[in-house]
Amino acid sequence: MKSKKYWAWLFVAVMVLGAGMANAGTLDDVKAKGFVQVGVNGQLAGFGIPDEKGEWKGLDVDTGRAIAAAVFGDAKKIKYVPLTAVQRFTALQSGEVDVLCRNATMTLTRDTSLGLDFAQVNYYDGQGFLVPKKMNIKSAKELDGATVCVLPGTTTEQNVADFFRSKNMKMKPVVIENNAELNKAFFAGRCDCLTSDASQLAGARSVAPNPSDYIILPEIISKEPLAPAVRHGDNQWKDIVNYAVLAMIEAEELGITSTNVDEMLKSTNPSVQRFLGVVPGNGKALGLDEKFAYNIVKQVGNYAEVFDRNVGPKTPLALERGLNALWINGGLMYSPPFK
Amino acid sequence: MDNSLPSTKESENSIPFWHDPAKRAVVYQLATLAVVGLIGYYLFSNTVTNLHRQSIATGFHFLEKEASFEIGESLIRYSAASNYARALLVGILNTLKVAFVGIVLTILLGTFVGIARLSSNWLVSRLAAAYIEIFQDIPILLQLIFWYAVFYDSLPAPRNALEPIPGMFLCNRGLAFGVPEPHPAYRYIAIAFLLGCVGVYFLRKWARKRQDRTGLSFPVFSTGSAIILGLPLVIWLVLGAPTAMDMPRLSGFNFTGGLTVSPEFTALLLGLVLYTAAFVAEIVRSGIQAVSKGQTEAAMSLGLKPWQTLNLVILPQSLRIIVPPLTSQMLNLTKNSSLAVAIGFPDFVSVANTTINQTGQAIEGVALIMVVYLIFSLITSAFMNWYNKKIALIER
Repeated sequence: MKSKKYWAWLFVAVMVLGAGMANAGTLDDVKAKGFVQVGVNGQLAGFGIPDEKGEWKGLDVDTGRAIAAAVFGDAKKIKYVPLTAVQRFTALQSGEVDVLCRNATMTLTRDTSLGLDFAQVNYYDGQGFLVPKKMNIKSAKELDGATVCVLPGTTTEQNVADFFRSKNMKMKPVVIENNAELNKAFFAGRCDCLTSDASQLAGARSVAPNPSDYIILPEIISKEPLAPAVRHGDNQWKDIVNYAVLAMIEAEELGITSTNVDEMLKSTNPSVQRFLGVVPGNGKALGLDEKFAYNIVKQVGNYAEVFDRNVGPKTPLALERGLNALWINGGLMYSPPFK
Repeated sequence: MDNSLPSTKESENSIPFWHDPAKRAVVYQLATLAVVGLIGYYLFSNTVTNLHRQSIATGFHFLEKEASFEIGESLIRYSAASNYARALLVGILNTLKVAFVGIVLTILLGTFVGIARLSSNWLVSRLAAAYIEIFQDIPILLQLIFWYAVFYDSLPAPRNALEPIPGMFLCNRGLAFGVPEPHPAYRYIAIAFLLGCVGVYFLRKWARKRQDRTGLSFPVFSTGSAIILGLPLVIWLVLGAPTAMDMPRLSGFNFTGGLTVSPEFTALLLGLVLYTAAFVAEIVRSGIQAVSKGQTEAAMSLGLKPWQTLNLVILPQSLRIIVPPLTSQMLNLTKNSSLAVAIGFPDFVSVANTTINQTGQAIEGVALIMVVYLIFSLITSAFMNWYNKKIALIER
């Protein structure tokens, strides 16, 4: 009896201690651990998936690497946690991951009621439909009565219901939690169309038995700004994640790439000097090393390099820059000045 | 020692309460209760404060908000404009549907295989044994994914649907078949059916009593089935024998009209039934074997036929052994039905998952899931306990 009571008090003490630790800043936690714990997709080609050698590849993975490079000066100090759409926000809320780079759409409700904050958008996406060519469908408006394969726990599930409702059309969803299982069911003909963010559809098509048998319909039915997310209330950590993404965009605009970054250290352009930490200030302001932007560009690359490597025209996804071009090229990628 | 009453009382009074085991036990129990209460309070208040600090919404207000997502199949009317409470109710009904049909089929198949396992026919008993070993030893999740893949991979698209019998279509969207069109006669037919069931119940009671009294047996089974089937048939004929059917037609992408059983439901049902029936078969076999062989021999020597021996002597005795473990298999089946998320059947967990993700209220959502499954399990075991009591040996 006595020992039982003793254990109960010990349990309470541990709980109090545990709660106290969770209050510390994420940056200090990450530094103490020695690595950044990043929540990623794990099954989405072009965004977060391990390649045949088991190395993680993708736009979201590179965003995580940029954060590790900014914090530690080493993009390899990172641990990946593959999460399903349903698990992802809970994993972030509970502190299982430090940052979520998992093609999550930023919305007002998520930003306010989920206890998280979104940082700079790393991919501007929109929801579309993938259909088999042999169905001879030219527009999403011809999809009345269709069976639709969709992932659960995404904005996608709502968007598609809204779209069919507003057009007065009927639909039947088939909802499977596992991305790979969902794609398999669609390619086997269980559904008439697969709906998701256009980039994901391109990713799904690239792993189809015969990719040329499928087309993405022209309609984009929603705005899907995909952004990394952090826990609400830790402003310093949010700034770091934010500027890690912005650094890649700014580097592209300044013409700095992973190959020429060492030469650029000698540049006389004051913007470049400030950006690369030759003229100090930015690093201290963020609580990071002055070379943080240099490390990101050197080890991960600028946004154009990251885009082309993972989802660009030469990859199986073959996506154009579109909205994701720099603002000077008619896109939405725009970084505030690094000063 | 003085044994007179007052002095005993005095000596009891003189013992300090911490040396009195009975009082000490009370103190310890109160202390333990207080600690448990404190921990519970701490966890609750800690969670609420943390959620508040992280500005995560709390409470069950989300239940009244518009769900704005579609659900693939529903027993009640539902659209994306309905609220979350109704969406969750759709999920609960879908879970109940698969659990109820699953339990009935599992008991039938399990009993059949369990008896077959004991058959004196070598081939039959070997086949039953092979079935039990195979389905018991493969994880249920794998079986579900396997059956689902069988459906969508091997069946043709709706436009090339198979038509095994006219008016029934089999394709990768499910099995579509005709149902009678609504007609006032069907209500009376349903009433006639229920009346028939009640009538047969009393007939059986009467036949039992008469047999106890006179020893004469009454053909309850044949008369009973005649009443249950005949009464609705007579009503159907009297009310003009409506034959209009609502047949499935191919329109656009899929079949409309009639009734469609989805591949998700079929795969889930098949997986759960085949898996659980293997366990039930073993329970039935052991229950039958637990009845001493002398009972069979005695029944045979009285001149009972083999099916009478099984029905009147062996099964009533073995049921007492079978029912308690059977209850836990029924509970397993109900709980395993939550694996539906893997193959896209919109059961309660699947709908609750979507709700959690859209509203972000994981704690409330998970609490709802736990409460609902707890209620399912308590109801199932309450029913089985009642049945167990009813069939238990009445000792005189």
